[in-house]
Amino acid sequence: MTRLRPLLRHAEYRQGLRDAMSVAPGLAAWGLMTGVAMVKSGMSLVESLAMTLLVYAGSSQLAAIPLIAAGAPVLVILATAFCVNLRFVVFSAHMRAYVMHLPRRLRLFVGYLTADLSYVMFVRRYHQPPQNPPEQQAQLAYLLGSATANWTSWQAASLLGIALANAIPTHWGLSFAGILALLGVACSLASSQLRVVSAGVAGAAAVAAFALPFKLNIVVAIAAAVALALILEQTPLAKRETR
Amino acid sequence: MNQTDLWTVGVIIGLAAVTVITRAFFFISSREWSLPHWAQRGLQYAPIAALSAVIVPEMVMTQGQLVSTWQDARLFAVAAGAAWFFWRRGQGQAVLGTIVVGMAVYLPLHLGLGW
Repeated sequence: MTRLRPLLRHAEYRQGLRDAMSVAPGLAAWGLMTGVAMVKSGMSLVESLAMTLLVYAGSSQLAAIPLIAAGAPVLVILATAFCVNLRFVVFSAHMRAYVMHLPRRLRLFVGYLTADLSYVMFVRRYHQPPQNPPEQQAQLAYLLGSATANWTSWQAASLLGIALANAIPTHWGLSFAGILALLGVACSLASSQLRVVSAGVAGAAAVAAFALPFKLNIVVAIAAAVALALILEQTPLAKRETR
Repeated sequence: MNQTDLWTVGVIIGLAAVTVITRAFFFISSREWSLPHWAQRGLQYAPIAALSAVIVPEMVMTQGQLVSTWQDARLFAVAAGAAWFFWRRGQGQAVLGTIVVGMAVYLPLHLGLGW
């Protein structure tokens, strides 16, 4: 059984907290506007609170809100959320080797907490899955640290947004701070030429395929960028790049 | 405040299940299984590709169309935020600076000039 206390005292837990704090303002602005959007769509206080605290997935919440307001069939709403979340399925394939040493219940909990930024920060810090128990402990501590900070800043801001929904006009565009947070993290990942190329390809493909339903353009873009990067890896040009 | 109805609460619980299932998708089962080598190599490009796919349409599109004017606050905010990042990279809190500088450019242009 994994014990919580040593994890919370681990140096990597604090490192995870610190790394996540640097994106907290952007995440908070985004959470704030998601809270506002829920209330403005006509959801009740209980429904808005339940949605932010349970669902904890900004993009699928934003996709589901108008469908709920319109009374769409349950299966359509859930299928939409699943498609919007498909990028997480890709992330879970990557995370598998890192978390399989944990019992299933804890894996599900870790999965629930692994939103975009927690995942990206985690694989940015750890290029390899853990090889021994101390590494397993360190990686889990880091993941919990960044997830704690991300969860708290997102939820606190969402609750504030629910409370102040009628005082914050959406036309201010505060949610753009969330995009800037993701931009900063994307810049920090641009550590090789092939990664820069895959960012460019994914961005262009996401724009070109924007008309696809359910935000499938994001999945198409990831697939295109990864495939092209794998092909370019085989060319002499890329051979000098290590990882 | 609006009425709470059970249908909506049920949908919300379903959405929470979707969050867990998608985020844990490939490690729900405990069966022995591993990704082919090429897929493992390819996945190192997935994080930056996913982020780029999420943010680029939000930076250069309005109502499903590419922006046709340079008078868009987002373009200047992105340029300023990214410039800050690459100027200050490696000095800690570069991401925070990207957000702050980007919004410092965005809000005056967006609210002041209506871009």
